[in-house]
Order: sequence, then C-alpha cells, then structure tokens
Amino acid sequence: MKNKNPVWKFFVSVKLTVFLLLSLAATSVIGTIIPQNADPEIYFHKFGPFLFRLFEVLDIFDMYHAWWFQLLLFLLITNIVVCSIDRLSATWKLVFPKKIMFNLARFEKLKNKEAFSIDGLPGELEDKYTSFAAKKFGRQQVDKTGDGFVLFAEKWRWARFGVYIVHASVILLIIGAIIGSLFGFEGFANIPEGESVDSVRLRNSGRVQPLGFTIHNEDFDISFYDTGAPKEFRSSLTILENGQPMLKKDIIVNDPLRYNGISIYMASYGEMAPEKQAEHDFSMEIIHLNFTIKSSGMVYKRKTEIGKPVNIPEGNGTFTLTAFNPDAEFRGQNIGAALAGTLSPVQGEPMEVLLPLHFPNFDKMRRGAVVISVADQQKETFSPMKKEDVRYYSGLEVNRDPGVWVVYSGFIIMIVGCFITFFMSHQQICIEVMRKGNKSDVRIMGIANKNKIGMRRQVEKFAKHLANMR
Amino acid sequence: MNSSQLLSFVTFMYGFAATFYIAAWIFKQTMPAKLARWVAIAGILMNAAGFILRWKESYDIGYGHAPLSNMYESLVFFALTIGIIYLFIEIRYKATVVGAFATPIAFLAMAYASLSPNVSDKIQPLIPALKSNWLIAHVVTCFFGYAAFAVAFGISIMYLIKSWAPDKESGILARLPGLNDLDELTHQMIMFGFLFLSIGIITGAVWANSAWGSYWSWDPKETWSLITWFVYATLLHARTMRGWYGKRIAYLSIIGFGAVLFTYFGVNYLPGLHSYGAV
Repeated sequence: MKNKNPVWKFFVSVKLTVFLLLSLAATSVIGTIIPQNADPEIYFHKFGPFLFRLFEVLDIFDMYHAWWFQLLLFLLITNIVVCSIDRLSATWKLVFPKKIMFNLARFEKLKNKEAFSIDGLPGELEDKYTSFAAKKFGRQQVDKTGDGFVLFAEKWRWARFGVYIVHASVILLIIGAIIGSLFGFEGFANIPEGESVDSVRLRNSGRVQPLGFTIHNEDFDISFYDTGAPKEFRSSLTILENGQPMLKKDIIVNDPLRYNGISIYMASYGEMAPEKQAEHDFSMEIIHLNFTIKSSGMVYKRKTEIGKPVNIPEGNGTFTLTAFNPDAEFRGQNIGAALAGTLSPVQGEPMEVLLPLHFPNFDKMRRGAVVISVADQQKETFSPMKKEDVRYYSGLEVNRDPGVWVVYSGFIIMIVGCFITFFMSHQQICIEVMRKGNKSDVRIMGIANKNKIGMRRQVEKFAKHLANMR
Repeated sequence: MNSSQLLSFVTFMYGFAATFYIAAWIFKQTMPAKLARWVAIAGILMNAAGFILRWKESYDIGYGHAPLSNMYESLVFFALTIGIIYLFIEIRYKATVVGAFATPIAFLAMAYASLSPNVSDKIQPLIPALKSNWLIAHVVTCFFGYAAFAVAFGISIMYLIKSWAPDKESGILARLPGLNDLDELTHQMIMFGFLFLSIGIITGAVWANSAWGSYWSWDPKETWSLITWFVYATLLHARTMRGWYGKRIAYLSIIGFGAVLFTYFGVNYLPGLHSYGAV
C-alpha cells in the first residue's frame, strides 16, 4: 500500500540519496570559499553590486542556515527515514523469523566450496564438528541424512540491523541540533577584572539574555612560553546567586565551567582601554612640526599654527594644518589625538595628511618625499603602560545547549552502528558429511550478507582446521 | 641523532621501498619485491621510532606533548599510518603489488615534510586551544581514516590501470591482482576509512564543544571533512544499494581522496579556526 503513494516512491529512492549527498557536498564548498557572516560592506567591495545582490538573495553569506541548504538537509533526513522504514520490515522478518530455516540448496549454489576426505565415519565426526561449530558460531542445527549428516550454523543475524543503527544515529544528531537551536543560546560577555555580569549578549540576535546568576571575574592571567607563544589564558570566576558565592573555578581553554546547564568558556581576552587623559588642546596654539626630507635625510623644525601655510624646506611645496582632533581614527582604529593638514607638493595633487601626536613615525607609512611629525611631544605621553598596570577583560563564551547529550548519544550510536555495518555480517556455514567406505567426504560452504571475500577465507580456514581434527 | 634526522632518513627508506616495489612489478622480479618488503618494514619501524623519539624530545625541552600538533608532525604520522595499513594488507591479503602504489604516497608525505621550506620541523609548544586530551584521539583517528583513503586511492588507480586489459595473461597488467579483488579491497579500505573519519569528526566535535562551546561551527576544515564524509557516504550507498562497482567506484574513490587532500592541505589556504595544521 505504501508503494502506491508517489511521495513515498520519491523518497524511497537511493538515487535521491546519491543526488542529495553529492549536492550537499558540492554546495558546502561555497561557504568554505566565501567567508561566512562577514561585514556586508566587505562583500560589496569584493563582489560588486550585481553579485552582491545575487548572493544576498541566495543567502550565500550565511549559506549553512539558508533555506535551500536546510531544505537539502531536510530532504536527506526524510529520505533516510523513508528508506529505513521501507526496508525495515523485510529485515525484521529476516532477523526474527518464526523459525530459522536452513536450506542446503542455497549453499549448493555457491561457487566456492571446500571439500576433503577424512578418516572416520560420520558418526565419529559429528560430536567434534558440532562442538567446533558451536564454539565458532553459536546457533546451529544438525540434520541426519541417509549416510551422514548436515550441520548448519550461523552467527550475527542481528548485524543486519547495523545500517538502521547508523541511520537512527543521524536522525538523533539532527534532533539534538534542533533541540539546541530551539531551547539553547550562544552568548558572550567581556568582563573586566574585578567586575561582574548577570546577563550575556546573544551572538545571532544581539539580544540580552539574563542568566539567573552572576558571573564575577576575579582575575585574568596570561602566560607565555619563552618563544613568545601564548601558553595559558586563565580566568578566575565566581558564580554568585543572590550575592552568595555558589561556585569558584579557574577556567582555561578546554576546561569550561558548567553551572545550571550553562557552560562558560574561556574564549578571548583583551586589554582595557587606558583611562582617558585630557588631551591638550592645540587648536589655538603655536605648533612645532618636524619635516624629515627623505632625499637628504635632514630634519627641519618649523613653527606654525592651524590655518597658516608653512614652506617645506628644500623646495618640497607647502603644508597647512587644518584641524585638531582629540580622538582621531585611522581605518577604524583609534589613534588618539591627531592634527590634520594638507600637503601641497610642487607637482601633483594636494593630499590630506594625518599626524597623530603619539606616533611620530606614522607619516612614514605614506612613503612620501617628506615625513612630517609633531615635534616636542612630552615623553611621558608616549611611554607604554607598565605591565602590572594593564587591566584585562576576559572574553567569555556563555552557552546553553540542552541538545548536546542527544547529539553525543548520536555520536556513540553512529560509531557502534558503523562498526556493525562494516565489519560484522550475518554469517552462515554448512558442513556436509557423507560416508564413503571407511572414510567420510566433507564439504564446507559459507554465506555472508557482506564481505564475501572474508567469508571465503574463513571457510578455507575452517576446512583446514576440520581436515586436521583428530 | 635527533628525530628530524632520523625521519629524513625514513624519507629515503620509503623512496627505496617504492622504487623496489615498482621495479619488482614492472620487471617481474621476486628479489626486489622481497627487498622492498624489508626496506618498507625497516622504514615503518624507523618512522615509528622517529615519532616516539620526537615525543621524548618534546618532553626534554619541557613542552611535553604528543608530536601531532603541526604540519610536519601530522605528515610524519600520516606516513606512519599509511605504512601500518599497507603492511596489514600485505600480510593479510598477500598482495605485494599494492606496495608499488601505497609506499610512494608514504614517500611523498615524508618528502614533503622533510624537504618543503614551508614545513618547519621545529618542535613548538602547544598553544592553549590544543592543550586537550582530545588531541591524540582526534588526530590519530583522522589520520587512520586519511591513510585508509590514501591506500584505497592507490588501489583504485591499480583498478583503472588493470581495467585497460583485464584479461591479459602476461606483462605488467597481468601481475596486478584481479579486478574483483581490487574492487573488494577498495571497498574494505573505504569502509575502514569511513569508520575512522566518522570517529575523527566526532572526537573533533566533542573537543570543539569543550574548547569553544560549540560542537559544530561550519569552519572550513569541519565543512571539508563533512564534504569528504558525504563523498564516501555516496560511494558506500551507490555500491551497496545501487550495485555500483568497478570503474565507477574507483572514480568516486579518487574524488574522495581529492576531498581528503583538500581537507588536509587546501583548507590551510582558506580562513578559519583550524589554522594549527598550517604551521
């Protein structure tokens, strides 16, 4: 009745499986070549307006969560479920038959049979052979024939279920993933040393997720190898509920803290921005500039103020300061206080130049004929902060995933299932013994539902063993 | 002698073994075949010794970790796993010719490790993300998977060569095992590889979950390992359920090994979390 349904027929096909697996493999490549979930601006610059629009419509920039990719996964799961159900009843009947029937004719059709002749009558061999078969195979049956006996034995009939176990494990993985995405969250929190949070920001939506407890960051520590490579990131955390400390733990990468089903991971760290010192306002003052001429290597100091052009020595044009910015940015990086000016070379277009007060070498990056910097900046403004003064924050990944145990059981079941599917087969052997004068003729045949070469080799081994049995 | 010197010597051993195996196959000589086997066994033993020595050296320096943490060490282990799997086939199936197709891959891995200027043989300390008990389980299972796929690739090449003239009774083609045996051997290797690739992906996922709080994040290496898994899953289904065998399986096995190589090397040129393997 099932087979009549066209939907069922569509999903029961292994052609569909092959198509879906290859489509998933091929499309998955896209997301490894185009970095996922980056800034739209970056994509726009890289691909131009047309491709950008097209890729955006197809969700290429977050393709593993795109509707069409999820649809492929959904079709694969449906395919797995339908195929498994469709074939399960036949396998079930094979594994749990009303009565296990051995059929000599099935064995006689085999190409590979082992045969030998041995001293002794069938009656004398029967006990030895049955105990051998019992040891190697377990379940067995002996049928008397006119001038001897036929011994059937088998093992691992249930191994026919192996592939269903693998399929069930895949379904468990998907269920676990769905549970995780419905009832879990992925958040993060940057906690400065000595401070606490009781909520985190979610990665995908940016929403604030209350935790129901407080995470206090006592201390962050970083240690290095003598090569300079980082050795350990360590945050000493305390969990508090209603102001009462409940749990204390130092977390490092690979050793998270778990509390109330929420896991807290050591993910990143950073230095706190130093306390802002009030910057001196230059806008109304006389400013000294240093001009370093590349060709001669000479450094000239010139006095100027904002709005007043100054001649650059050695005939390199003019320079005019235009503005002072106490909090300037360069390519999105904060570079502190800076003066801006216009450089007008003798030949070529005038250009904007930025002179950060704290980085006298900054203008070298421009690779011009002249390097301009602000002279006489007080030394202490530049000196880097002493190590012990640096205040860190711990970047914590804070997640809840109630589906993870379903996924993990799926993992274990998948390994067990693969092992059974690949390396265990339903094996049956048949040993036929016939009297021939004072001797017996013995034939051995074996059937397996998988790994036929292995079965053939096993039958050869048994034949050798039985021929030498005394 | 330090481990790097010992291991560069292993490169030559595998090179000689490969040469002898190929010579024995082409010139139908049993002498080089026997020689090749002993050279290969010596190479594998030295490869293992180099691996263990490097482990010890890392403890002597004070870093103390299994030599499975960067490109050089993974290549050394890759060669070792190929050697072990090859030796298993040689003993179990008595198919010497397989050596002519398996030892060259071990040789190439070791040659790349020893000679490429991009691969440093310096013992480096473990960065925090790699300090985990899962490191050994994850890398060992992945590489047994990769190695089985590598050997399957070699056997698939043998299949395609043999299928030029399967019924020839003399010449170098006749000295290859029969098509059915090669086909079955490919299948066996791929089942073994698939089991280990699955365990490798799983241990990696469990590890990622304990380090970063997410068992799957679609980083390029993860994704490519899954692509590889899809390709071999296709092969297994096509064979078992659609009765594919022979050339079609050989081609799929070659494509699958291409995916393995990309997972192993190619991904290092893409951005992502898994950058340790690149150094």
